[in-house]
Amino acid sequence: MAFAAPNETYSGKVFEVTIGADKTAVFGGENVLPFHSFEGNAPHRPVIAYEVQDVPPEDWPETVKKVYEGVSNDPVTWAKYCQDTLNAQAIALRLVGTHPDRENRSPEDAAKTVKDVLAAINVPLIILGSNQIEKDSAVLVSVSEAAKGKNCIIGKAQEGNYKTIAAAAMANNHKLIAMSELDINLSKQLNILITQMGFDKERLITDPMCSALGYGLEYTYSVMERIRLAALTQNDTTMQPPMLADVGMYVWKIKETQASETDLPQWGSLAERGITWEAVTAGSLLMSGAELLIMRHPEAAKAVEKFIDELM
Amino acid sequence: MLIIGEKLSIIAKRVREAMFSRDKGPIQEIATRQWKEGSGMIDANIGPAEDGGEELMQWMVTTIQEVVPLPVCLDTTNAKALEAGLQVHNNEWGKPLINSTSNDPERFPILELAAKYNSQVIGLTVGKGGLPADAEERAAIAAEIMARAMEYGVPLEDIYLDPLVLQIATSQDHALKVIDAIKMFQEMNDPPMKTVVGLSNISNGCPKALRPILNKYYFIMLMNAGLTAAIADAHEMAGAMQEKKLIDDVLAGKKIDDAQKMAEITKTLDVIMGKTLYAHSYLEM
Repeated sequence: MAFAAPNETYSGKVFEVTIGADKTAVFGGENVLPFHSFEGNAPHRPVIAYEVQDVPPEDWPETVKKVYEGVSNDPVTWAKYCQDTLNAQAIALRLVGTHPDRENRSPEDAAKTVKDVLAAINVPLIILGSNQIEKDSAVLVSVSEAAKGKNCIIGKAQEGNYKTIAAAAMANNHKLIAMSELDINLSKQLNILITQMGFDKERLITDPMCSALGYGLEYTYSVMERIRLAALTQNDTTMQPPMLADVGMYVWKIKETQASETDLPQWGSLAERGITWEAVTAGSLLMSGAELLIMRHPEAAKAVEKFIDELM
Repeated sequence: MLIIGEKLSIIAKRVREAMFSRDKGPIQEIATRQWKEGSGMIDANIGPAEDGGEELMQWMVTTIQEVVPLPVCLDTTNAKALEAGLQVHNNEWGKPLINSTSNDPERFPILELAAKYNSQVIGLTVGKGGLPADAEERAAIAAEIMARAMEYGVPLEDIYLDPLVLQIATSQDHALKVIDAIKMFQEMNDPPMKTVVGLSNISNGCPKALRPILNKYYFIMLMNAGLTAAIADAHEMAGAMQEKKLIDDVLAGKKIDDAQKMAEITKTLDVIMGKTLYAHSYLEM
């Protein structure tokens, strides 16, 4: 008897999300596990957004900082460089300078930065706060208004601030990232709470919280995998938004991307190590179900694109 | 089904204060209420009780048995406090129950106490190395506890195997594994092994309004699996028994008249059986 490869069929489907106003990007929409296109339909490639910040990346390790030397002192130039020179399909602007422990920039400053960046690029924009619960609820409301009509992704709404942020994203017609801290049940709960406000579940992006290889990646992997299984095998609509892996910020703060070759010669080339670390972390999270990645190093992003080419 | 009244626990503020001030009033009031509500035994949970545990357990046992003709479940990790409690326990109302031994070598001496005082004992199927992964691992640990009990001279009919109920909010897949373990435990001896659960841990960490719902429906499912005893709220379990027919009907795939009740039961059973992912608002979906 001829061998017949076993095929799974799934009852659910991931929501398809389109972002951007001029040029758009689309992700999600699959009714199969990651890259299982042989079992069903996976219409879109995962999208990689390049991370830029509202303040110069003083705290980034040299390997990734020097890539943006000369452009990173201004978010507009930086974003344009990512779009025009690096061919980024999307930009993720992180307003880290609004954090009270950093430059403590005001919501109005943040709104101006967002407007300036939006005026300079035509690819979709993801707008991220500084991950400070109180400040984000002011900043993300202000930037949502500033970006009205641009079909951006606003993030991240968390248990402690989702009401104001979701209301602002809804009023200004944006997509929204809902982030919970590595707990599938809380992730589902947050998606429920946001949709109970009247926010359309098909405009959500789930962030189960990222972690770098060697620093808890397996937890993120497992939560993402279970979210995707709930979406596909249990047809759980609360778990059907596409997922975000916010890779760069987790990878470029760990020892392996910073320790010098003089101190640890056995670890090999520092530059290669950092790039590989980001690429491997991102690739793993694609395998567990992420459809949207935020990354920092262009070489790592290119390696991941190649990885996607081979798997799609 | 034996209900072991759970309310006399050091975790509850009112009980704790009464324990520390040796105020018999609240203890006896709660014990009496649980007896009237259908408890066949009263749990006396004094915690680790490192200081003065012996005297406290004796006071608890005698305080309870002064007003309630029931045996006591002596619930502490302090072996000396257990022994002190067993010495004053009035076996006229039934054999006491020790809570608990396990597969952790530190808890082996508990079996000596059970043999010496002719007490029943709960065998919690956990080892030293963390939580059991599934029903099979629970059964394997149960077998070790049973072998050890025989070694120590504790008859198997005096053992209650406890598969350890975990919180559904964080360990949803264990809800069904515990039910499977209850079935497996019974097959490990003839006559079947007795089983017990700390029921309300299933809903620990869940919103307050959800707790009785999860407790009740989980109780019925465990009961259908052959559970012998539950450390639980007797009042709540009396409510569960009233709803048992409805729950059994839904489990059998029948439709019941009350649509709202039908939805509540269906959604809760789906969560317990792992057919839908738990979230605090699952009933609203």
